[in-house]
Amino acid sequence: MSSSVTTEKDTNLKSQAGKKRSQWGEVWRRLKKNHMAMIGLIIMIILILLAVFANQIADYEEVAIKQNTANRLQGPSRENWLGTDNFGRDIFARIIHGGRISLMVGVVAVGIAVLIGGTLGAIAGFYGGRVDNLIMRAMDIFLAIPSILLAIAIVTALGANLFNLMLAIGISSIPGYARIVRASVLTVKDQEFIEAARAIGASDFRIITKHIIPNALAPVIVQGTLGVATAILSTAGLSFIGLGVPKPRPEWGSMLSDGRTYLWEASHITTFPGLAIVITILALNLLGDGLRDALDPRLKQ
Amino acid sequence: MLIPVIIGVTFIVYSIMFFTPGDPALIILGENAPEEQVEKLREEMGLNDPFIIQYLRFLKNALKGDFGRSYSTRKPVFNEVFSRFPATLKLSTAGLLLAVAIGIPIGIISATRQYSLLDSITMVLALLGVSMPNFWLGLMLILLFSVRLGLLPSGGDVGFASLILPAITLGTGVAAIITRMTRSSMLEVIRQDYIRTARAKGVAERRVINKHALKNALIPVVTVIGLQFGYLLGGAVLTETVFSWPGVGRLMVEAIKQKDTPVVLASVIFMSVVFSIVNLLVDILYAFLDPRIKSQYR
Amino acid sequence: MSDNILEIKDLVVHYITDEGVVEAVNGLNMTLKRGETLGLVGETGAGKTTTALSILRLVPNPPGKIISGEIHFDGENLLELSEEEMRSIRGNKISMIFQDPMTSLNPVMTVGEQIAEGIEIHQGLSTDEAMEKAHEMLELVGIPRERAIDYPHQFSGGMKQRVVIAIALACNPSLLIADEPTTALDVTIQAQVLELMRNLREEFNTAMILITHDLGIVAETCDKVAVMYAGEVIEYATLEQLFENPKHPYTIGLFGSIPSLEHDVERLKPIKGLMPDPTNLPSGCPFHPRCSHAQDICKERKPIVTNIEEGHMVKCLIYEGVIEAKEVL
Repeated sequence: MSSSVTTEKDTNLKSQAGKKRSQWGEVWRRLKKNHMAMIGLIIMIILILLAVFANQIADYEEVAIKQNTANRLQGPSRENWLGTDNFGRDIFARIIHGGRISLMVGVVAVGIAVLIGGTLGAIAGFYGGRVDNLIMRAMDIFLAIPSILLAIAIVTALGANLFNLMLAIGISSIPGYARIVRASVLTVKDQEFIEAARAIGASDFRIITKHIIPNALAPVIVQGTLGVATAILSTAGLSFIGLGVPKPRPEWGSMLSDGRTYLWEASHITTFPGLAIVITILALNLLGDGLRDALDPRLKQ
Repeated sequence: MLIPVIIGVTFIVYSIMFFTPGDPALIILGENAPEEQVEKLREEMGLNDPFIIQYLRFLKNALKGDFGRSYSTRKPVFNEVFSRFPATLKLSTAGLLLAVAIGIPIGIISATRQYSLLDSITMVLALLGVSMPNFWLGLMLILLFSVRLGLLPSGGDVGFASLILPAITLGTGVAAIITRMTRSSMLEVIRQDYIRTARAKGVAERRVINKHALKNALIPVVTVIGLQFGYLLGGAVLTETVFSWPGVGRLMVEAIKQKDTPVVLASVIFMSVVFSIVNLLVDILYAFLDPRIKSQYR
Repeated sequence: MSDNILEIKDLVVHYITDEGVVEAVNGLNMTLKRGETLGLVGETGAGKTTTALSILRLVPNPPGKIISGEIHFDGENLLELSEEEMRSIRGNKISMIFQDPMTSLNPVMTVGEQIAEGIEIHQGLSTDEAMEKAHEMLELVGIPRERAIDYPHQFSGGMKQRVVIAIALACNPSLLIADEPTTALDVTIQAQVLELMRNLREEFNTAMILITHDLGIVAETCDKVAVMYAGEVIEYATLEQLFENPKHPYTIGLFGSIPSLEHDVERLKPIKGLMPDPTNLPSGCPFHPRCSHAQDICKERKPIVTNIEEGHMVKCLIYEGVIEAKEVL
């Protein structure tokens, strides 16, 4: 007796390919409307440019490394925009060169974590069962160790240098990406288009690379952006307790740590590198939040 | 679930620390010790055994509370770490309480006045809070309150006044995260159908928020608080360094500088175990908040 | 007191979003007599739920906004009441049953608490007295009173909808709005829930607005029917008038898309096209792009209400005598 009045919804059958391409255009359009995210993006572009052209702006050997004790602990001036440190080195130059390290560690560490964590998560989600159980239990154990402590342990064991720093921070953030990728694989896996792909005989590899990875991309991009921020904070933290890149290479955390002794007479040594960290993290957070909203319009009012 | 996690954690941390360069026997005896004396100690300490044997021996002893002796002080490591624990617990608890006391009410108010000036200010401050490295915040607080104003002590554990700056340092980031989480969770809950049902019953807005929305909104926040405790313990390492706070974190940093592997190992394991226990407690609290989970356990 | 419990005049409700203004309700007129049941029929997106939420003044704001119009309930214009006066009406004199029982109940409160809450607020009873009344309500909807201490997740969908009905009827409202109360339920459960609602409605002599897209349910339950399209009522009639003599091409289309047991039809005739985009409604008669009788004038001239006979009204230029139907209607 029940008889429906609704007419068939037959318009949503537009070509999938066209939809896919415009989807990223749509994301960019939404992101552009978000002023805070655009501010974050612009700051990041400036920071990246400063890092790339650091040598053109201030010579590494001459300005950032060479000691000039006659000119130590000077406040900001026309020659030294942000003043000089306890060895008379220009703080602005050191911050720019330090930014290179921070951004590099951040990006490479996240890259390592996404690659390893993402693969583990994809395998766990795709194959399920015992493989899933094994991988995810291992991830749970990793998660039980506060990530900064895990990174400290790894750097302590392997020795403090740039590569080990990236490795340590990368490894300690693997579980987060494994979880995210697994979750999005699980939501995609049982959808009809995957079954359809199976039905026409697509291989597992093809299904993973053509269907599952593109669908897991959005949350990974968001998490990755925020992850670079966390990695930069961890780098600074490790350097602060002496587990960063060896001196005299400038690094924000170790610059802060050096400034501690001179907090009374030259607080700018501590203030400016800290501000550099805050600005970078803030920009990445703004961008990450904006990306999240742009990629998941459901959350937006 | 706790026991396998702890065993897994010890395995991971032990394996990492196993690769620490430097011969423990040499570190204990000094660089210039005679060869046969070093070899004798290596044999005594079981350093010539295969990795897995060494690990199992470590685990067996660790379960009895024996983490070996510190290379530098020669005292039992467990006692060293355990005696520093109250200070760390005091600091992290103070930080957490501060964060919860600030984060939850502000998050709620912010959500109920979405897009208001107050909401915008809160969100900017919260964003700053999560973007600030806590050790830098600590230094800035010392600069302002100890160096410039001379109001509060800049270090050590000497009474309540000395707890204030470290607790703010440690709690700020977590407060910001809890504020953001509470706000977004609350906004999500306010959109739910059952909130509309409550309004359709004629329930006053205040009661809708306090009775219908809050308990639902707190469920994810509690999980975040549990996870943040790990961040607090990690952050304590840096905060304790800044404020010369005599806790496990500072012990660990000193041990790293002296290549005192057993102490580093025990500190990391100890903090991870504490973190796991806290998460277990959170799971129990969770069941208390969410009847859907409670009935699963029945 | 007039015999109309509810009179809606020229109601306009918009949702103002980044993507544009959604014209959800556009000059809606409707009346409902005491104790009567009105079926509000239309496709998804016709503005049925928005109309219902407007009566309770629960249109989510932002983005929703009641732009203009009047909603008289028991002779009072609800849109002029203070928020507090409005609260004393919600759940007391006017109640609403929502579409999805799965999400309509608070997961962290017992069903007893949720039923008792409205009673406590409106009837000035103590918590214990309200709970006792809640137990009675549970029994009335066919759930043992012992289950009052259970949480929603411990109930099936049909049982949850019974709880929702108990909440809505707890204060014996004079108007009940049911928004597709059975859509989310299994067919067998649907019949039981409808039966329950019919019985309780007769017992309490409650007027009801039943929102549905199911003409079968309308035929079984309603006295009057209002057909909505693009935020307006385009045809309003008694049940008999509408079922025997539908006038508006859209209404006729609705019947044409239903399989019938009595007549053998070669093919069902679905209404061509889709509901118009509510951010960009067609000019003139909003149905013209889909109407097989449409002529050029339909694009320009907005039809007004034409009375076909006592109690049967339609908005279509054919009945205004402006255009001629292409075939006999």
